[in-house]
Amino acid sequence: MSDLLQVDNLSKTFATGRGLPWNRRRVAAVDNVSLSVQRGRTLGLVGESGSGKSTLGRCILGLAKPDRGQISFDGVEVQALSGRALADFRRRVQPVFQDPYGSLDPRWPVGRSVRESLDCFRIGTPAERDRRVLDLFARVGLNPALADRLPTHLSGGQRQRVGIAAALASSPELIIADEPVSALDMSVQAQILNLFLDLQQDLGLALIFITHDLGVVKHVSDNVAVMFRGSIVETGDTERIMSHPRHLYTRTLLAAVPRPR
Amino acid sequence: MSAVLSFGNVSVGFATPNGAPSAPAVNGVSLEVTRGEIFGIIGESGSGKSTLANAVMGLLPGSAAVTGSIRVNGRAVLGLGDDDLRGMRGNEVAMIFQDASASLDPTWPVGDQIAETLRAHREISRRDAQARAIALMTEVGIADAASRYSDVPHRFSGGMRQRVVIAAALANDPQLLIADEPTSALDVTIQAQVLQLIDALRRRHGTTVLLITHDVGVVSQLCDRVGVMYGGKLLEVGATRNLLARPTHPYTRALLAANPADARRGTRLPVVPAEWSVESLREAELLRDSPSLAGAANE
Repeated sequence: MSDLLQVDNLSKTFATGRGLPWNRRRVAAVDNVSLSVQRGRTLGLVGESGSGKSTLGRCILGLAKPDRGQISFDGVEVQALSGRALADFRRRVQPVFQDPYGSLDPRWPVGRSVRESLDCFRIGTPAERDRRVLDLFARVGLNPALADRLPTHLSGGQRQRVGIAAALASSPELIIADEPVSALDMSVQAQILNLFLDLQQDLGLALIFITHDLGVVKHVSDNVAVMFRGSIVETGDTERIMSHPRHLYTRTLLAAVPRPR
Repeated sequence: MSAVLSFGNVSVGFATPNGAPSAPAVNGVSLEVTRGEIFGIIGESGSGKSTLANAVMGLLPGSAAVTGSIRVNGRAVLGLGDDDLRGMRGNEVAMIFQDASASLDPTWPVGDQIAETLRAHREISRRDAQARAIALMTEVGIADAASRYSDVPHRFSGGMRQRVVIAAALANDPQLLIADEPTSALDVTIQAQVLQLIDALRRRHGTTVLLITHDVGVVSQLCDRVGVMYGGKLLEVGATRNLLARPTHPYTRALLAANPADARRGTRLPVVPAEWSVESLREAELLRDSPSLAGAANE
């Protein structure tokens, strides 16, 4: 099976500290990382704060420019894309963030935010789009009556469903979800995790699930990549990594999960 | 066995802007926390767990109306005057929160902030308070405490800041420590260290701990007993191991089943039934109370 996404030797550095630009120290947030994701599969990207997992996700989405390395999507080099081809890539790869507050306009009814994605990618005729917004709401388990409410009036779980609906609007093949359930209560978290599973089954989506929560990773992922200080220290089948971690850091991480005395 | 903290039929309501009383945030909670134990209160957002903890410390806003009785070491705390409350806080009872930096003055050396807690409650010379603050910092695991005494909070990592706050909380050897989500903002490896620290301090000083959390894992590792809150009510209380293994209340059962850590990979998680779901509770209210912007969607 061919890989949908292939990342090779990707590095991204940031300047830190004071002084003139050329005197600043550069810190590698992502350091020579390679990974691949197959169609319809889920890669869990796990690590603690500062490990570089979000930066890696942003590089793949094109929200951050990597210093070195290649990203290819469906066999095509992504960094060389421009114009219509770039727009098409963006349609096929969509983000879901921890707090959709940040991606929803606070003065827009949430239905309009979902519709914007359809408008932007010119999906369907304008008349069909209204209908499609309501379909998307139903798809993610939201009461369509909520489409004309403001984000502030929705609960965290409902806002996250809106975020997922907006991501699904363009019929993507890969969703990069950055801590999508970390801010949610456990009963709501279970509903959103179920939604991801359903979507994947029904639509054949590939997922990169970025999280610090090992319980969540274990539940949703086919494969896991463990990040530590910018590098992937261990990658492989989820069951194998959870039961027989090889790298010292993976072991430390697993041992730190609270468990009954 | 004596109760360090006891709640007798405690309810908390908040006045709403239009004057009508709200649904109670805490609803008829009765509970006794025994000396030396770590008691966990677990619940989702809006369950009233933090309101209950804040009521002990007199930290609720003026719009709150508390009824029932709360006793610390047998003394009623509701209705205590400002002076008495100030004498109790940070002395008899200490409290730590999720966001340690909100408890610390960003412009002040952390050591001085710990020393201030000491000097607020007892006659102690500046030098002795300083020495004691350094000893406390060492005890909570801050390496090379003497040289870090003068550092301001932002020179510490999140986990280290939480240790500083714990050192200040322990300064006057309180009998009761209330910890409201103390590790929720920390990475899992740091969380493990802070949980170990709280447990070690309890063993060393016999401090009673009331731990507020949403995290079943934290409760299972640290707490002797646990109470489950939902919609302001304390649904059930039991020894941690028993309660987690054999929950009696349907909500507790549903909540524990929803934990992905215990589920089989790739299977749908059992969902908390609608009548107990935090979400569905709100949806009806929301559709009733929030303005519809129909038409605006197409502008």
